[in-house]
Amino acid sequence: MSAPAETVLSLRGIRRSFGEVEVLHGIDLDIAAHEVVALIGPSGSGKSTLLRAVNLTEPIDDGVVLLRGEDISDPRVNVDRVRARIGLVFQHYNLFPHLSVLDNVTLASRVVHGLRRAEAERRGLELLDSIGLADFATSFPDRLSGGQQQRVAIMRAIATNPELLLLDEVTSALDPELVGEVLALIRSLAEAGTTILMATHEMTFAREVADRVVLLDAGRVVESGPAAQFFANPREERTRAFLSRVAR
Amino acid sequence: MTPSEPTSASPAAATAGDAVAPSAIELERRAYRESRRRRSILVSLLSTIVLAIALGSVVLGSPGWEQVQQTFFNPQVALDSLPRILEGLWLNIQVLVFASILVAVFGLLIATLRTLRGPVWFPVRVLAAGYTDLFRGLPLIIVLYLVGFGIPGLEFTERMPAAFWGTIALTLTYSAYVAEVFRAGIEAVHPSQRLAARSLGLSHGQSMRRVVLPQAVRKVTPALMNDFVAMQKDVGLISVLGAVDAVRAAQIETAQTFNFTPYVVAGLLFVLLSWPTIRLTDWVTARMRAREQIGGIV
Repeated sequence: MSAPAETVLSLRGIRRSFGEVEVLHGIDLDIAAHEVVALIGPSGSGKSTLLRAVNLTEPIDDGVVLLRGEDISDPRVNVDRVRARIGLVFQHYNLFPHLSVLDNVTLASRVVHGLRRAEAERRGLELLDSIGLADFATSFPDRLSGGQQQRVAIMRAIATNPELLLLDEVTSALDPELVGEVLALIRSLAEAGTTILMATHEMTFAREVADRVVLLDAGRVVESGPAAQFFANPREERTRAFLSRVAR
Repeated sequence: MTPSEPTSASPAAATAGDAVAPSAIELERRAYRESRRRRSILVSLLSTIVLAIALGSVVLGSPGWEQVQQTFFNPQVALDSLPRILEGLWLNIQVLVFASILVAVFGLLIATLRTLRGPVWFPVRVLAAGYTDLFRGLPLIIVLYLVGFGIPGLEFTERMPAAFWGTIALTLTYSAYVAEVFRAGIEAVHPSQRLAARSLGLSHGQSMRRVVLPQAVRKVTPALMNDFVAMQKDVGLISVLGAVDAVRAAQIETAQTFNFTPYVVAGLLFVLLSWPTIRLTDWVTARMRAREQIGGIV
């Protein structure tokens, strides 16, 4: 690392309740440019809620979300413009079934970012080619395997060069043999310098690819640290308990 | 150990429902949202008043308003005609209740017949398809004439009241529409659902009844309610067969007083009749949206 990296995302005291139940108890988190942060924790720990709060698809009850220093949790900001700067990939891909693979990838470029169709499709085909799916450009998502669909969904998310990529347990719905191809793609994105915040259950992958690992439990950050140290030498008892349970 | 600053709190504190006072920034955001809300209420109120004044002054300021008011909005005539029209409306409601039940049954039956697979059922499928094609194309008023005056001519039965034939005609027409709505719902259920049901050993009929239809009906409830509202007012058409319903009663009253107010009264009563259903439709639709679509803020 050279000069102090610029902070892309800062979360300060994020709170969120569903009725009586508070699922996020004041989360603080910073992500530097080109950093890959893995968010781990048991089901219901608030990982998905936190990611959706960053994407402004989940309202928060308190706290501040800063994207490159700009307070995007302010009700005065244009949420569509903010979301256009952040990519989000879902557990169940959520590709549009009525659009071809290429149209899925190019939709936002054309409709939100005003690219001409030819331009958007040139870039879209490049992206599809990079994941070996250029031949499926005119196919519809249902024709693809889960792993292929998820890789298309990732391409859809990065087609507009977002400043931050959010991955919400993107391999949880996949066959084990298809997980590898998706993880390989994420790894190559990480190596290319994409800033990534990912909720994941893949501990091995988190250890290898993430710069930093954050354990969330019951809506709080239990421990956060560099991946190697986090797994080899966790400080918190809670972290040790969690890691011993997920270890195979 | 500087790169990681654990915000670790004791797990005990995490579970407690600790009520933390909102931060200043959150309070400011709430104040802003509240002021936006108040502003939009004010704007909507203002635009409503402006529109009402504009419309009112156009109608009330028209040269013929005096005359129109006497002929269409005469309070005395309205009051005098009300009992007979209400009596007629009661007949409409009875026809509506019977027709709705029949339509629901026949509509579902025809929709199900159209989904039957296999060559044996070919004629049944064709008949069901032909039925929906025919009765969706045929104007209701023509069906009313044909059923109301034609079928009694066959003399299968003794003389039946006009409302009886009206109910049959309404059922024939609306079953065709409702069957198509049901069919759309059945087709909107993802094939994987049928596959999952068949994989458990359920027969075609069982998977339809237990898995596909419950989901299909839920999907098309708003459309069905819409057809119900449409039928609610089309019930007034049975007057062409001579049944003394609300419309016919208004016609009789109008002929006696040479004043059109009874039609306005009957019209208002039909609106009042359909209003609860329309509100119910909105409510059911909103509730289904809330339940089935998470991430509701986008």
